Amino acid sequence: MNAEIALFLIQDGLTNGAIYALLALALVLVFAVTRVIFIPQGEFVTYGALTLASLQLGKLPGTAWLLLGAGLAVATVELVQALHLGTTQRISAILLKYVILPVTLFGITWWAAPQKPALTLQILLALALVVPLGPMVYRLAYQPLANASVLVLLIISVAVHFAMTGLGLLFFGAEGSRTPPFSGGQWKLGVLNISGQSLWVIGASLALIVALFLFFEHTIYGKALRATAINRVGARLVGVSPVMAGKLSFTLAALIGVLSGILIAPITTIYYDSGFLVGLKGFVGAIMGGLVSYPLAAAGALLVGMLEAYASFWASAYKEVIVFTLIIPVLLWRSLTAHHIEEEEE
Amino acid sequence: MSGAGVTRARIVLGVFLAFMLVAPAVLPEFHVTLLNYIGLYSIVALGLVLLTGVGGLTSFGQAAFVGLGAYTTAYLSTAHGLSPWLTLLVGLVLTFAMSLFLGFISLRLSGHYLPLGTIAWGISLYFLFGNMEFLGGYTGISSLPAINFFGLALDSGRKFHYLIWFLALLALLSIHNLLDSRSGRAIRALKGGGLMAESFGVDTAQMKIIIFIYAALLASLSGWLYAHLLRFVNPTPFSINAGIEYLFMAVVGGAASVWGAVVGAGILTILKQWLQDLLPKLLGQSGNFEMIVFGVLLVLLLQRARDGIMPLAVRYFPGPNKVLPATAQALRQRVRPAAGEILLEVKAAHKAFGGLVAVNDLSFVMNSGEILGLIGPNGAGKSTVFNLVTGVLPATGGEVYFRGERIDILSARAIVLRGVARTFQQVHLLPTMSVLENVAIGAHLRGARGVVSAALHLERAEEAGLLAEAVRQLERVGLGASVHEQAGSLALGQQRILEIARALCADPVLLLLDEPAAGLRYQEKRSLAELLRKLKSEGMSILLVEHDMDFVMKLVDRLVVMDFGEKLAEGLPQEIQENTAVLEAYLGSVK
Repeated sequence: MNAEIALFLIQDGLTNGAIYALLALALVLVFAVTRVIFIPQGEFVTYGALTLASLQLGKLPGTAWLLLGAGLAVATVELVQALHLGTTQRISAILLKYVILPVTLFGITWWAAPQKPALTLQILLALALVVPLGPMVYRLAYQPLANASVLVLLIISVAVHFAMTGLGLLFFGAEGSRTPPFSGGQWKLGVLNISGQSLWVIGASLALIVALFLFFEHTIYGKALRATAINRVGARLVGVSPVMAGKLSFTLAALIGVLSGILIAPITTIYYDSGFLVGLKGFVGAIMGGLVSYPLAAAGALLVGMLEAYASFWASAYKEVIVFTLIIPVLLWRSLTAHHIEEEEE
Repeated sequence: MSGAGVTRARIVLGVFLAFMLVAPAVLPEFHVTLLNYIGLYSIVALGLVLLTGVGGLTSFGQAAFVGLGAYTTAYLSTAHGLSPWLTLLVGLVLTFAMSLFLGFISLRLSGHYLPLGTIAWGISLYFLFGNMEFLGGYTGISSLPAINFFGLALDSGRKFHYLIWFLALLALLSIHNLLDSRSGRAIRALKGGGLMAESFGVDTAQMKIIIFIYAALLASLSGWLYAHLLRFVNPTPFSINAGIEYLFMAVVGGAASVWGAVVGAGILTILKQWLQDLLPKLLGQSGNFEMIVFGVLLVLLLQRARDGIMPLAVRYFPGPNKVLPATAQALRQRVRPAAGEILLEVKAAHKAFGGLVAVNDLSFVMNSGEILGLIGPNGAGKSTVFNLVTGVLPATGGEVYFRGERIDILSARAIVLRGVARTFQQVHLLPTMSVLENVAIGAHLRGARGVVSAALHLERAEEAGLLAEAVRQLERVGLGASVHEQAGSLALGQQRILEIARALCADPVLLLLDEPAAGLRYQEKRSLAELLRKLKSEGMSILLVEHDMDFVMKLVDRLVVMDFGEKLAEGLPQEIQENTAVLEAYLGSVK
């Protein structure tokens, strides 16, 4: 291996690592606020990438149908609850949020997709179609069990992942897709060729991390989420609704997932089930931070990206084996540094 | 409870066994194959019922253990021509080592690291199978030899049927036996009763590893059968998705009965078959669309019926009451100290939680045969003293001696072994277990037989002794009539008495009762006081934390009063009642 290859691998590792870091942050966020281990994070990556790919082909993406369906399902559940509790004044808001909005988005996509709008508009459309699925999934799958143990929530996550992967196959088929890069540019830095897309990925990831930081530090909603993460009951007592916190954290996680998907779609071919492995690599990073520390999670994710880049150079067939086996020394290390057997909940 | 329920259950079991016996002779090939798969999956799901349903631990990586068993025999029996019976053994040994290692590193961490670890390990093993040249890569290994059973080659699905179901039923029986034993009670306590079990001497960490290994071994056995049934292996059936489906089976079946595994495996296998026919026609494209249905189904199941579908069936077949052994050897009792001997000595015990000092250089002595009351206002540190004496919390300073031996450096398990047993401020019961079984957990350390003899039911003599002791203690505290009731159905007062019976089962010299009268009605308090006096007259020493002054003053021999973690006063009830410092602490300054 010469310096050129080494540098190239670093670039590759940093690009993937940046994506894993974003996902790791989303996973830590969701876990801290809702105790949900968000396995379906990867499906949002897939949905984001493949929705954009469909739009670029001028097709109506299947996720538009899913948005309609999920919206109707949430509306039904909410309406039944509203009638049951007698909170009929909420009905118009429910219909607006879960029926009219999805129908409008569906209509816009229906009309706009065949005209192949500019890339920026396509990206915005993909975000508008997929991100609302985050809070909807929370409402349908998790909210009825919000107080269940971490383990039950984890099994729910795996079930949601299963269903969303199957739906991904239904909407996008078994063939993979790759989208054209945001910019075709190449820069030469010494011996290194830097691709424009890598810069996009790293730049966008950094921007997103800064935005998240500002959100958590300087907005009331960000502080509400932090409060919920630190003390769920306490936050509730001072008026932070756990439902709001849950939906907001799922919205953020979905947003991060979809953006990650859009960012990597030009770099690697995405299949209907690719997101799972991408998301899990974020997890390996997040676990290094014990699912609680943001900086450690991001650092862990970068390490995963680097390891993956070098593994694919040295032993490409064993790339996944090496990356996922990394979790064993990580668990071993965490286990040896753990002070006591943590008492089970429930 | 119900003789009719038992008869019904026997009839269903008889029909099931008869069906399994004649099925290969009468059913078409396709249905025999389906039954074979159900049997194979049941074996894996049985392990998960034990691990997840009963033990509260989760693994998504069971398919990888199935693969480990399958690939071990595939490789060794083709490349090296070893006998499948030998490769079964090798596969089990490998699985044992692997699961021991994985369990060791992830089970010390909190609950969700094990499932995450198993997902990662499932994925890496799948890619490993697919990329190892000597394992045939993604094409796999073919032409495995047929299993030879005493000269009979099991070379067709019809013949194999008997081997699969014989082993599946054997596995089922072993887990059924295991759960109905000393080790089984400890395993059933893991979910929701870990702290309690630990304080009666159950090594919960070890129990978790044992059930993880047990489940892995069953998965490996299923893999061995699978490989020789198909006589071909490739990585696909051992992917993480298969691991997730195994967990679905266990969740669908539920943990209420070991039969849940068979029911869950049956339902999912048939449903999958049906959906794989139906959905592609419906949707006009081919693919594993049953995933969507499975996922949605599981979410709904967990939201609506978290215990799976077996509880419904179990209600229809209520089991018999546990048959109490007619004769049982009495358990050995420890030698008790003479009355008046120094029993417990707390010397300058100190406990700080960060900056908060909960117990500050507290010293007191307790003699054998007395009832000592530990009282004080809320937050005085009384419960912390209990936790220091029983080893639940490590002291940050000072020493605790029990019968002259230093115990503050010992674990909770080691302390109960020396004859210190406790009850809890908030009752720690396993509500779905019978009163008898709950109490028998207290006698855990008075038995010694392990998981293997429990699975084979070779420990019946010891088990009879433990149950007889539990009955004896229940009668001693006056709960003899409730032996077979569910613990959760008792009134709070009775639950507190049950906790005392459980503590008595540990053959204690010193009994620590943490607010036993809290929440009790007047009549219940009187019978509790009566019981404690009776225990005292039988030579028991009792350390009591209690808020109810009336209750305490009439009962105890001496009192230690705590305030802000320090000893405020010590003496006879009469003296304490007149002590101005105590009155001030309780009532504010009297001027």
